[in-house]
Amino acid sequence: MKIAVSAAGPDAGAPAEERFGRCAYFILFDEQGNLLEVINNKGAASAEGAGIKTTQVLLRHNVDVVLTGRVGPKAMTALSNAGVAVYTGVSGTVAQTLDKYREGLLVPVTEPNARQHSGVKESGRVVK
Amino acid sequence: MIISVASGKGGTGKTTIATNIALALSADNRRVAYIDCDVEEPNGHIFLNPEIEDTREIFIEVPRINDEKCTYCGKCADLCAFGALLCTTDSVITFSEFCHGCGGCQYFCPVEAITPVPKKIGKVEKGAAGDIKFARGCLEVGAALSPPLVDAVKSRVTSDITVLDAPPGTSCPVIHTVRGTDFCLLVTEPTPFGLNDLDLAVQMVRTLSVPCGVLINRAHHGSRLIEQYCQREQLPVLQTIPHSKRIAEAYSRGLPMIELDKQLENDFLQLYRDIEELVANERNNHN
Repeated sequence: MKIAVSAAGPDAGAPAEERFGRCAYFILFDEQGNLLEVINNKGAASAEGAGIKTTQVLLRHNVDVVLTGRVGPKAMTALSNAGVAVYTGVSGTVAQTLDKYREGLLVPVTEPNARQHSGVKESGRVVK
Repeated sequence: MIISVASGKGGTGKTTIATNIALALSADNRRVAYIDCDVEEPNGHIFLNPEIEDTREIFIEVPRINDEKCTYCGKCADLCAFGALLCTTDSVITFSEFCHGCGGCQYFCPVEAITPVPKKIGKVEKGAAGDIKFARGCLEVGAALSPPLVDAVKSRVTSDITVLDAPPGTSCPVIHTVRGTDFCLLVTEPTPFGLNDLDLAVQMVRTLSVPCGVLINRAHHGSRLIEQYCQREQLPVLQTIPHSKRIAEAYSRGLPMIELDKQLENDFLQLYRDIEELVANERNNHN
């Protein structure tokens, strides 16, 4: 089983990222908590459908579980159709988030908990 | 002659101006068509009261995956810029609501596993308001794709003079309206918001290489904001319509402003003649 954590930076010490579709990196672990791989999320740059593109990236890496913060409606549809389990409630670093998941402290979700495009505003592309 | 009426900002009076140009020209015995390209919220009919004679449904083609042929290579999903396809190990999921109908997935599928199927995005209604030919597009509720519908409504009617009423803003549906027209009349109002959005619209129209001019609506004394900008940008200010309670009242009753007085009707005819002259000059400069 492969677990992906949305991350702001390319290592396990980086802060876990709340956004799913627009997040820059995913850090992949196995069930024992060993770091397998760091993925640069190409889906984040997508003009439309970042949630679906990001799901596609995770599927390419055969991810079974994703730990993140907020999942929009398109992303949720894509993830559940593809059979990826989603847990939200990330906090602290990527490593701390993984520990919480392994302790059973993260919440599995099946419904979106963010509005469409809500990740765009925080990526710095929209000027406040 | 095809004139598009656009504005970066909503609520500046595009529809008022576009319908009044059409009415003034028609009253002057010119053959004119008015086309409402604001397919998300068409409202030109309120001022023109057309009789709708013909309705046609508009479709785009979205992909359907043939599971017997599909190898789940994922090429279609990688190619789609809008995330309309998701390839898993044993299926391709289509999100047809995001599909723009470009047909790229079908074209590039190595095993011909994709068949296009029609999906309704809206309808085009055609008719007449007196001697004015009329058409409007109505986007299907829940559909998010105005550009193909704008193209469809644009192509349904022609006349000696065609006035296209663009949607607000500067995004795809507006570009599809303005592109290929002989002239774009930009309607604005003398406020900082009006100026900001006018500037965006001017950049868009210049990118499309469509000649343009400005009409200042709801003008009041003391504000030279738009004039100063137009001078700097070397844009002609073709007409100024004052901020007037009488015009606002007529608008709220759905009455065209040229019915208020003959002078306004003449102003709109003059506006058209000025546009004609600008377009002629532009053509001479290019030849």
